[in-house]
Amino acid sequence: MTIAISVSKLEKVYASGVAALKGVSLEIEQGDFFALLGPNGAGKSTFIGILSTLVRRTGGDVRIFGRDVDTHLYQTKLDLGVVPQEINFSQFEKVADIVMTQAGYYGLPRKLAVHRAEKYLKQLGLWEKRDTRSRLLSGGMKRRMMIARALVHEPRLLILDEPTAGVDIELRRSMWDFLLDINSSGTTIVLTTHYLEEAEQLCRNIAIIDEGNIIENTSMKKLLLELDVHAYILDTEHDLDADLEHKEPGLVLRKVDSHSIEAVVSGGRDINSAIAVLDRLGIRILSMRNKANRLEQLFLSRLRESGNGSG
Amino acid sequence: MYTNHKLIAFETIVIKEVRRFMRIWSQTMLPPVITISLYFVIFGNLVGSRIGEMGGYRYMEFIVPGLIMMAVIQNSYSNVVSSFFSQKFQRSVEELLVAPIPNYVILSGFVVGGMARGLCVGFIVTLVSLFFADLPLYSLSITVGVVLFTSLVFSLGGFINAVFANNFDDVSIIPTFVLTPLIYLGGVFYSIELLPPFWQLVSRLNPIFYMVNTFRYGILGTSDIDVAWAFAMLVLFAALLFGACIWLLRRGTGIRS
Repeated sequence: MTIAISVSKLEKVYASGVAALKGVSLEIEQGDFFALLGPNGAGKSTFIGILSTLVRRTGGDVRIFGRDVDTHLYQTKLDLGVVPQEINFSQFEKVADIVMTQAGYYGLPRKLAVHRAEKYLKQLGLWEKRDTRSRLLSGGMKRRMMIARALVHEPRLLILDEPTAGVDIELRRSMWDFLLDINSSGTTIVLTTHYLEEAEQLCRNIAIIDEGNIIENTSMKKLLLELDVHAYILDTEHDLDADLEHKEPGLVLRKVDSHSIEAVVSGGRDINSAIAVLDRLGIRILSMRNKANRLEQLFLSRLRESGNGSG
Repeated sequence: MYTNHKLIAFETIVIKEVRRFMRIWSQTMLPPVITISLYFVIFGNLVGSRIGEMGGYRYMEFIVPGLIMMAVIQNSYSNVVSSFFSQKFQRSVEELLVAPIPNYVILSGFVVGGMARGLCVGFIVTLVSLFFADLPLYSLSITVGVVLFTSLVFSLGGFINAVFANNFDDVSIIPTFVLTPLIYLGGVFYSIELLPPFWQLVSRLNPIFYMVNTFRYGILGTSDIDVAWAFAMLVLFAALLFGACIWLLRRGTGIRS
């Protein structure tokens, strides 16, 4: 399997003396949909900044698709598309001009640039806005335009730094579908996000970065399997008794309000045991959901272990 | 990067720059034309008629080359400084920095954009000046050569200003407190023969003095200085500034952290 990104002992100390990255080593395979998670100030944007050459590293090596970024700068930049966290386009230009200009920066002939701009603006639902000044776009449209801009040269590696920040849920889900399509067509995607549900839904592999160090690097599946405590909220059909509480090894049931129960299942037991208990008590369940996002629980537990969690 | 890719990238930057100053023509093109036209009317026509001759020419004819050059200098400089700084400010410069474009292509694109504005304004001002004075055009090659090199030098100067600028005040400080005094004291409105020897010597330390005089020589055929020497200075300035800009871009000063 080809490695899309390989960083070794990556370090960044800013002029202010702040050490943002302290020897990060990481490999991301070609075709992966990879989540890079971490609290604010953990070093995610610095990591992305170094990959995109906007931030100069103070130590370590970076390879993109096997090529050293220092000796193969042109090819590595050509392979890379970046959607930054902050809005970074001219607010006075038209949508199509921004995308076309980016195509020109990558050396695309005009005819091809027009075709690509149309293709990605249409796919991202912005074709009708192509002649609109970018400052007049909504927040979600601005984010989508930055994705179209990053894709116009069809990079093999797309880096998205919180692409759905401030985007409403409906639009976010349509962006997820689009990104999954792009990924299934072969584009390697690296995503940072504060929406852990997003990472759980989209990504196959994950790294958690905290205070400039990688504290977890595994597959999403393995990580979620490590979670041995699951909390659910069960919505009931009828009013519950005031004193409803049930405890047994690996299962705790307690009343949340008149029509809902919290079930905490652990020690290898599953939700069926909770439903069996409730059935015996004559309580009918109408619906059920996870109390908290599973990845969120793991994320917070890892941060706590590394000494940065709030809990 | 393949040559045709570089050319496309260069062309893209230039088109973007030209589109920018044409889009806001009422801020970029109109004010300098109105200002310089007022100079023609007030200094050239009204005051100039009382002055008589300067350097063997009517005062109006004497100041026209200097005023055209003033327009070229100010607009070449301010186009690059304001465009590159606003791209830094809006962070849209990152679009350029992540793309596979060599530094010299980025610099050339901005500089040609600045020269385009300087030359456009200079051309319009020249047309306006024809209503006030006859311009004999002594040497087309010297006239065009000096105006091209001057706009090149000041576009490069504007780029350096933009690289170091951290706020909008930094963009206006150099044009207001350095450029304007140097232009006014660079022999636009008078011949340095009118000055005492010491101040003639000081005037010769002002690079704009050489540009204005060489341009005047190209149009009128009269100058306070040796034209070949002035051209040599211009080429030297352009080379030094180009080198400095490339060095700053390579270091990432003001644009990479």
